[in-house]
Amino acid sequence: MNIDCKNIYDTLIIRLTGELDLLVSEKLREFIDIKIKENQSRVLILNLEKVSFVDSSGLGVIIGRYKKISAQKGKMYIAGAQPMVEQILVLSGINKLIPLCGNEQEIIKNYREDGV
Amino acid sequence: MNVKNYVRFEFFSCPENVSFARSSVGAFAAQLSCTLNDIEEIKLVVSEAVSNSIIHGYDNRPNEKIMVTVSIGYDNSLEIAVEDFGKGIEDVEQAMEPAFSSDATRMGMGFTFMKSFMDTVNVISEVDKGTTVRLERRFALASETDA
Repeated sequence: MNIDCKNIYDTLIIRLTGELDLLVSEKLREFIDIKIKENQSRVLILNLEKVSFVDSSGLGVIIGRYKKISAQKGKMYIAGAQPMVEQILVLSGINKLIPLCGNEQEIIKNYREDGV
Repeated sequence: MNVKNYVRFEFFSCPENVSFARSSVGAFAAQLSCTLNDIEEIKLVVSEAVSNSIIHGYDNRPNEKIMVTVSIGYDNSLEIAVEDFGKGIEDVEQAMEPAFSSDATRMGMGFTFMKSFMDTVNVISEVDKGTTVRLERRFALASETDA
């Protein structure tokens, strides 16, 4: 698992590459939490374009970050999930909490228009 | 099941081996007549069962034993058994409920995925002895899918 991170104002973009399972879940959880705190992020975009696998350990990290950012009145989005990953996100119901979008630009455009 | 081929392997209960286990089973299952998406689903259920053994069976102790047996039948069926020798599950029915998790950091979706992607999910568990999760699925034969 490779983690790439970018801040645009109060938006934290996390781009992941690889497989999201038990091995990487703890490290990813810590990494994102530190970045949210450092950046005082109000929007978290999780880019899953290059993620080939997610299981419930990975979903646990995603839902945990959603709860965290929501508690701070922030928003979270998921960008570019591959079909199999998207299937898992839908089956788990995560898509009802966190909008699944095609790509990062689409999200940034939408929430800027919403005036978030 | 009339077994055409089978493999059995055992490994330590460390998180590094979750990926090894699902990839190995996925590679073996490629002998079946099934789709790439089916293989992805098989990898997911193995990941869930092995992660359960590590987290719940062994409370994350990394040097315990997990055994995986995979059989392929002549009827294009697959049977996977994931076995640990850990603390066992007191209430199997409760553990298999959607979103039940004794660990708040996970989704509690493991058994839901197993039930969604496999025809049968059978859990045999004894407290302080261990747990075996047996997963079965039969894939359509080419002769059955022909129009």
